Amino acid sequence: MVSKSTIQEQMAKQEYKYGFVSDLDEEMVPKGLDEGIVRLISRKKNEPEWMTDWRLRAFRHWLTMKEPKWSNVTYPPINYQDIIYYAAPKPKKPVKSLDDVDPEIRSLYAKLGIPLQEQERLAGVAVDAVLDSVSVATTFKEKLADLGIIFCSFSEAVQERPDLVRKYLGSVVPFNDNFFAGLNSAVFSDGSFAYVPAGVRCPMELSTYFRINAQDTGQFERTLIIAEDGAYVSYLEGCTAPIRDTNQLHAAVVELIALDDAEIKYSTIQNWYPGDKQGKGGIYNFVTKRGKCLGVNSKISWTQVETGSAITWKYPSCILQGDNSQGEFYSVAVANNYQQADTGTKMLHIGKNTRSTIISKGISSGYGRNTYRGRVWIHRGAANARNYSQCDSLLIGSTCAAFTFPDIQVQEPTAQMEHEASTSKIGEEQLFYCQQRGITPEDATNMIVNGFCKQVFLKLPMEFAVEAQKLISVSLNLEGTVG
Amino acid sequence: MLEIHGLHVKIGGKEILKGIDLTIRPGEVHAIMGPNGSGKTTLAQVLAGRATYEVTGGKAAFEGKDLLAMKPEDRAREGVFMAFQYPVEIPGVSNAYFLKAALNAIRKYRGLDEIDAMDFMTLVQDKATLLGLDETFMKRGLNEGFSGGEKKKNEVFQMAVLEPKFCVLDETDSGLDIDALRLVAKGINTMRSPGRSMLVVTHYQRLLDYVTPDVVHVLVEGRIVKSGDADLARNLEKHGYGWILEEAPRSAARA
Repeated sequence: MVSKSTIQEQMAKQEYKYGFVSDLDEEMVPKGLDEGIVRLISRKKNEPEWMTDWRLRAFRHWLTMKEPKWSNVTYPPINYQDIIYYAAPKPKKPVKSLDDVDPEIRSLYAKLGIPLQEQERLAGVAVDAVLDSVSVATTFKEKLADLGIIFCSFSEAVQERPDLVRKYLGSVVPFNDNFFAGLNSAVFSDGSFAYVPAGVRCPMELSTYFRINAQDTGQFERTLIIAEDGAYVSYLEGCTAPIRDTNQLHAAVVELIALDDAEIKYSTIQNWYPGDKQGKGGIYNFVTKRGKCLGVNSKISWTQVETGSAITWKYPSCILQGDNSQGEFYSVAVANNYQQADTGTKMLHIGKNTRSTIISKGISSGYGRNTYRGRVWIHRGAANARNYSQCDSLLIGSTCAAFTFPDIQVQEPTAQMEHEASTSKIGEEQLFYCQQRGITPEDATNMIVNGFCKQVFLKLPMEFAVEAQKLISVSLNLEGTVG
Repeated sequence: MLEIHGLHVKIGGKEILKGIDLTIRPGEVHAIMGPNGSGKTTLAQVLAGRATYEVTGGKAAFEGKDLLAMKPEDRAREGVFMAFQYPVEIPGVSNAYFLKAALNAIRKYRGLDEIDAMDFMTLVQDKATLLGLDETFMKRGLNEGFSGGEKKKNEVFQMAVLEPKFCVLDETDSGLDIDALRLVAKGINTMRSPGRSMLVVTHYQRLLDYVTPDVVHVLVEGRIVKSGDADLARNLEKHGYGWILEEAPRSAARA
């Protein structure tokens, strides 16, 4: 029989297949951060004055803030002056259409399995590709524009729809929200922007593929999605980075706004480089994601599969302001080797009859530490608010750890709350049972893990559910064992 | 089909099986009976390859191959099946998915293609009807929230689908009401064939009322102290194990 320690060892032999570096000619600003750098980034992007001012206000406020220390993760102090805040591939010629995209960049994305051509394998998906600090390509723009949908890089939105950006930027995550959001607000370089007009159901998945390529850089992107009355959009983001010995910082902000009867479905497959099996290198993923259900009957749904990053600090949340609005959070987080994940959600119930669902699945293996942190807050006046929370932890081996910190605050007597939690371990008994039916321990582990994650995978867009399943297998190094 | 010679087994430093000799020919059904702690479950688990048991002596050959040298999954693929006394639950993995994975793993080992989805459905429906399982059963998580009876039925159902050559049934009758017992026995009897052997581990006669064994062995203190035909089991039910212990003073003296 293959012993449990062998399975653990195999899991440690994780291979990260997106770890390559592309040799691109990149333009970078000097290391470090001051007002000059903030202005320089803004100037490079040819931004209007209001945008520069907003960044500067954010920067000045950030200087007064302290890095949060309450999370259940440990890492050496980050030197914010030792980071390059802007890196962009130098365009060989002006990019007017997809055909003008640098072949090197095109081949980089091809290697990642992300088509920058339209009508390809993922024909039902429009892609915005963000490389280091800038968006390099967006597909299916014209087709979407026919329906009045705007899907473009954040920089373009600032130029072309300043009205929308000014109205909503910082309306869900203000720059004084937290340390990392403040930093992002000062130096964000690009990101995606999506706007779906009233009554329009976006016919394809919108997706952004984030890639860090340059060394010593941080990635600070900002995403803003607005769904007008009765609109629907499903958005997916994916992330990868090269294998490097040093840690790189990724501090993104995502803001979602759903108006009356609108629905936004936001899915993340986060596969930043997690570091090697000794815990060297990897991305620090410090992200603020929040959606506001501003309108009545609106709905925001977060689904995340977090397999990468050395450290994950992330709590996609919903402000349920509109009456009858709904918030959902479905999460699978993996912590293998020396990865640390502190992730969860906040559901703030303000409107009447608001409902929220939280399904969190944490998998720990190797020396991984996985923490669920959640807050459900029913404000006074949120009559008949309801929440259902379920937090499950799965342990593989005996050197990993799982933590759960749920926080429930109820100021409304009519509220209904349900909370369930479980911790289980893939046991010798389960593995032996599967073996006795002819299934290898590796396949059995894979099967048990997939069964554990099923509730969350079912929420992913179809095209990505299979990818997510494979990714989990790779993260736990169980790939190729299931036929 | 199965030949065991001088099998000694320890768990946690304690010797449980103290020299088992047992030969089971194709088509035969053998029953192993004995008081609590006599080593019945240990024998079943060792044949299936449970690593927590340490084989300290003896050998076991399955169709001439060294059974004890094989990994548990290879024993299963060779055709050894154990119906567990306490089947495990695997939440989120449906019965259908699990069984298909098992069937395909076995088929692959034997050089066969994966089973066609339609053929698989036909196969499981036939066998499910046999055990009185409805169609929602296949979609439920493996043993997830199953009653004790459902779990045992599921074991026999899996056995029927996987069609092993040698079946070890570890107290499959425990925890069953009379109707469930009849269904399970019917399932087992349907499986009896000239090419398939069974080892039925049980405390009680009641399963053997429905599944008539060819040979009955009495296991006491890690040794087979008496073997006989189906009448032996009936005598045990009537008179208990006491008289056997008296007849076998050697082992009783060591108790």
